[in-house]
Amino acid sequence: MPEELVTHFKDTYYDSPAGKIAIVTMDNGEDYKKPNSFGFGAMQSLNECMDRIEAQGDVKAMLLTGKVFIFAVGADLTGVPDIKTREQALEIAQNGHKAFKRIMDAPFLTVAAINGASLGGGFEISLYCDYRTISTGVGVLGFPECFLGLVPGWGGTTLTPKLAGPEKALQLIIHNALNNNKMINGKKAFEMGLADRLYEPVDFLDKSIQFVEGLLAGKEKVERPKPDWSNVDALCDQAKAVADSKVHGVSPAPYRAIEIIKKAKDITVDEGFAMEDEALADLIPSPTMQAGAYSFDLTQRRAKRPVGVPEGAPLPIQKVGILGAGLMGSQLALLFLRRLSVPVVIKDIKQEFVDKGMSYISGELNRQAEKGRIDPGRVPWMLNLVEPTLDYADMADCDFIIEAVLEEMPIKKKVLAELENVVKETAILATNTSSLSINEMASDLKHPERVIGFHFFNPVAVMPLLEIIKADKTSDQTLITAFSAGKNIRKKAILVKDAPAFVVNRLLIRSMMETLKLVDEGNDFQEVDQAIFALGTPMPPFMLMSLVGPAIALHTAETLEVAFPDRFQISDNLKELVARKKPGVYGPDGQIDPEVKEFWKQADPPKKSTPEEMRERVSVALTDEAWRMLDEGVVGAPEELDIAMIFGAGYPFYMGGLTKYLDYAGYSEKVKGKKFHPET
Amino acid sequence: MARELQECYLIDACRTPFGRARPDGIFGMTRADDMVVHVIRALMERNPEVPKEKIDDNLWAATTQMGDQGLTIGRTTAILAGLPETVPGCALDRMCAGGMTSIALGGSCIQAGDADLIIAGGVEHMGHHPMGQGADPNPRFIAEKIVDTSALNMGMTAENLHDMYPNITKEECDEYALECQKKAKNALDAGKFEKIIVPMTAWSANGWRVAAQDEQPRPETTMEGLKSLRTPFRVKGRVTAGNSSGLNDGAAGAILASEKAVKEFGLKPRMRLLNYAFAGVKAEVMGLGPIPATKKALERAGIKMDDLDVMEINEAFAVQVVAFMQEFGIDKSDARINPWGGAIAFGHPLASSGPRLMAHLAYEFEENPKLKYGLASMCVGLGQGGSLIWENVKS
Repeated sequence: MPEELVTHFKDTYYDSPAGKIAIVTMDNGEDYKKPNSFGFGAMQSLNECMDRIEAQGDVKAMLLTGKVFIFAVGADLTGVPDIKTREQALEIAQNGHKAFKRIMDAPFLTVAAINGASLGGGFEISLYCDYRTISTGVGVLGFPECFLGLVPGWGGTTLTPKLAGPEKALQLIIHNALNNNKMINGKKAFEMGLADRLYEPVDFLDKSIQFVEGLLAGKEKVERPKPDWSNVDALCDQAKAVADSKVHGVSPAPYRAIEIIKKAKDITVDEGFAMEDEALADLIPSPTMQAGAYSFDLTQRRAKRPVGVPEGAPLPIQKVGILGAGLMGSQLALLFLRRLSVPVVIKDIKQEFVDKGMSYISGELNRQAEKGRIDPGRVPWMLNLVEPTLDYADMADCDFIIEAVLEEMPIKKKVLAELENVVKETAILATNTSSLSINEMASDLKHPERVIGFHFFNPVAVMPLLEIIKADKTSDQTLITAFSAGKNIRKKAILVKDAPAFVVNRLLIRSMMETLKLVDEGNDFQEVDQAIFALGTPMPPFMLMSLVGPAIALHTAETLEVAFPDRFQISDNLKELVARKKPGVYGPDGQIDPEVKEFWKQADPPKKSTPEEMRERVSVALTDEAWRMLDEGVVGAPEELDIAMIFGAGYPFYMGGLTKYLDYAGYSEKVKGKKFHPET
Repeated sequence: MARELQECYLIDACRTPFGRARPDGIFGMTRADDMVVHVIRALMERNPEVPKEKIDDNLWAATTQMGDQGLTIGRTTAILAGLPETVPGCALDRMCAGGMTSIALGGSCIQAGDADLIIAGGVEHMGHHPMGQGADPNPRFIAEKIVDTSALNMGMTAENLHDMYPNITKEECDEYALECQKKAKNALDAGKFEKIIVPMTAWSANGWRVAAQDEQPRPETTMEGLKSLRTPFRVKGRVTAGNSSGLNDGAAGAILASEKAVKEFGLKPRMRLLNYAFAGVKAEVMGLGPIPATKKALERAGIKMDDLDVMEINEAFAVQVVAFMQEFGIDKSDARINPWGGAIAFGHPLASSGPRLMAHLAYEFEENPKLKYGLASMCVGLGQGGSLIWENVKS
C-alpha cells in the first residue's frame, strides 16, 4: 500500500474576549499542489487532536480550517486498490464516521471555516460542525463520489439533505457529480445554504474567528430556512432518471445515494450513517468503484505526463502553419491561435476556401467574446495574427505546420513534398489524419524525421484526446516538440505507433463490426443498441454511428479492412447505407428509417442472440483487439488504451476506460488467459 | 486660482501586534504585504464613513523594498486590500522614520490642498529582511573617512552616544528600560491597546493561530537581569538587548483627512497636525537626531518644550532617549515621556514605528482631553531625526 501522506490536525488556542477558542488546522505539510486528504493516519490525528482540546477543559469553541488555499479534498484514494473485502471497506466507513462524530459530539461550539478546495470527505467533515463559514475564494466544492462510483459515505449523504433539503443534496451529490463531476464555488455553496456566512478571502479567517466570538457572545444569530421536503419523491425520481441517462444502471452508486437522501428526513443521524456504511462496504471493493479509482488516478497523474516521450527541450513554436482551410483546418487554426497566441498562417488552394475558413475563425472568436470567454478588445488583435494565403512561400518561417487536407494518401504526399521545399530546416510537419499511414506519407520526403501524426477528435475544441503518432523515422526532437505543443494547446496526448486507425478508432470500429454482424444475423437494431449500451458505454452503438457519420465510419473501416481483412470484413449493409447517403439507421423520429429496414439484408432464418450473448460478442472482440494492439506495440501499456478511451471516446470512469472492465468481467482471461492488469 | 491651504487631521491609527523577527516568531511565516493589508482593512472597517473611492493615495514605507516589501508596496497593498483600482499608492523610505515620513508627507499633501484622504503607514518584516539586506554602501564612505565604520551599525552608534554623554551610565539606561517595561505592562493591563493593536491570524508550523499581542514585552524584567546581559557591540560596553528595542515584524498605519473631507463625510478627527521637521546629525551618533528635529518643529509650530503635554519618543536605544531628555532638561520622572511604554517593550519594526507613535498619541489624547500638544519623535540610521507635533482636537 502506498504510504499515506498524513493530514495532521493541528491545534492552537486563542484566548479571545469571548472565551477560549481552539483553532484546528488540517495540514499535510505540503503546499497546495498536494492537498489535504484523509486516510487512517488523518483519522487518528483527528482523534488525538480532539483529545487534546477536550483535555484543555476550558475551550468554549473550536474553529476547523485548512492550510493555505486548501480545506480538504476527501478520502485518500491511493489506497483503494488494496481494499479487496467488504469487511475492510466497512471498517473504513465506520472509522470515518466515528472520528468525524467526535466533532459533532464535542461539548463546545464547533465552526468549520471552509477556506479553500473542499471535496468529498473534505466537505463532509464540515457538516459535523454546528456552523460553517465559507470563503468567496473557494473555487471547487463538491461531492465527486458518485462520479467515481461511491456515495458520500462519511456523513455527506445523510447530513447534506438534513441541512439543506433534498433538492440541494441531490443537486450536489447526484446531478453535479454525474454532470462530469461539476464543482460549485464558495458563493454558490453559501447561496445553497451549505454555509452560514460568506467572507472574502483577504481576511476570511479573521472574520471567521470574529464570527465564532460573536456566537459565543450571543451577538451573532444564524437563521436557516427550513428544508422543503414536500416534493422529495418527485425530486428523487428526477435524480433517478438522470442516473439512468448517465450510468444506465451500470454503476450502482447514484441509486444508493438517492435511496439514503430520500429517507434522510425521517431517520436519525446514526441510522443514516449505518446506511452509508453499508453502501461503502458494498461499493468500495466493487468493480465499478475500483475501476473509478483507477480512472481517477490515470486522468489525474498518468495523463499529465505522457509515457514514452524522450527527455529534452522542445523547439520554440513562434509561428504556426495550417494547410487546408476546411472545417478541420479552421478548427485547428482557432485552437492554436487561442492557446499559443502566435501568428497562424492558413493556406488553401482557392481564395473562396480561405475566405470561408477566415469567416469561421472570426465568427467563433466573436461568439466566444460574446460569451465572455475572451476580451472583446483582443478579437481584432487575434484576427490580425491569422494570415490567410494561397502561397506556400508564406509558410517559410513557420515552426510548426499541420496539414488538414483531404484524407487521401496521394494528396497528403503531394502537399508534404511541396511544403518541404519552402519551409525552414527545423520546421515540424504534422499531419492530421485519422487512419492513413504516417510512414508512407513521409516515405518520399527528404527529411522524414520531422514528420509526425496529430490525430484530433471532433469537435476539436471539446474533445480532450490527441493521438500523437510516431513514424519509424520521427526524431526525438520532433517528438519532444510535438508533445510540448500538445500540452500547450491543452490536449491529453498519448504516444501511438504508426498503425492502421491508431487507437480509439480501431477499437470503436472493431466493436462496430461486431455490432453490425449481430444485426446482419437477424437481431433488431434496438435490441442490439440496448444490449451494448448496457455495458456502460456513453451511447448506444448506432447512435454513435449517426454522430460520427456512416461515411466516416466506413472510410476508417476500409483502412482497417485492408490491414486486417479477417477481422474487419465490412458489412454490405453499411456500404449500402453510405451509398444511399443516410445519416444513420434511425430516422428523425427515433424509429428505424423505413428505407433502411427495407434494404438491410438479414440472415434468413434469423439467428437471434440474447442481450448477454451480444455483450459477450462485443466484449470478446474488444478484448481481442486490445491485446493485439498491445502485442503490436501500438501503445506501450493498457493504461494508454484506457486514457484514450476515456478522453477520446467518453468511456466512463466506472469502466476504467476499457481494459479494467474487460479484466473485471473476465474477458481478458477468457480470451488470452491473462489479465491486462495482473493486480486486478 | 490661488492655492488654498487646509488643516490635516488624523482620523484613526492602528497596527498589527509586533512579533519577534525569528522563523518561529508569530509572523515568521506571514508576508509583510499581508500585514499591511490587514492594517488597511482594519482602518477601513473601523471607519466605514471614509469613502474608499475618495482615497487620494496609499503611502507605505519599508526600509528594505524587495521581496514581500517590494514592487511598490503602497500600490500592491491597495490592490490586495480590495481598495478601488482608482486609489494610487507608492513606497517610501527613510529607514526607521519611513512610516513617520509617510504620515508627514501625507499631511503636507493635505495641507497643500493636493489631497483630502490619505492612508499612510510603515511596515518592516525584519525576519524576512534583516537590517541592511541587499545594501551596497559606497566604498567612499570609508575610504574617504566620510563616516566611521561604526556608523552603519546601530548598536555601535548607541555606544558612540554614550561616549559623547559620559555622564549617562549603563545603570541609568537599564533603569530607564525597566521603567519602560513597567509602563507597558500597566498600559496593557489597563486595556490601553485594545483599539491600537488589531489581532491577526497568522500561519505557523502549528497551523493557523491568532496573533493578538506583542511578543516582545518582558514585564518580568529586573535590574539584576538587565545587569547580567551581554554588551554585544563593545567589550565592556553599555548597550545591551535589554536597553535596546530589538528586531521585530510589524505594520502600522493611519488615515489622514483634510478639514473638507472631515466635514463632507462626517469623520471624527482625533488630532490636528501642527508641524513637523526632519533634521540631520552625524551618522556615528544618529541617536541625536530627535534633538534638532524637535527644536526645529517646536520653532515652526511656535510653541515651547513646556507646552508639550505628552511625548512619544521611539526608544531605539535607552541612551538616545536619556540624551534627549538631558538636552531639553527634562526630568527622569517626567510622566510626559512615553506614558504607555516604548519600543524597548513593544519592539521596533523599523518603518512601522513612526505610525505606532501616532497611534499612541491619538489614543492618549482621546483618553485625556487635558492633553493639548503632543510630540512624536524618532532617530534614524545614517544620522537623522524626525518630529511631528499634534494638537488634540478634544482639548
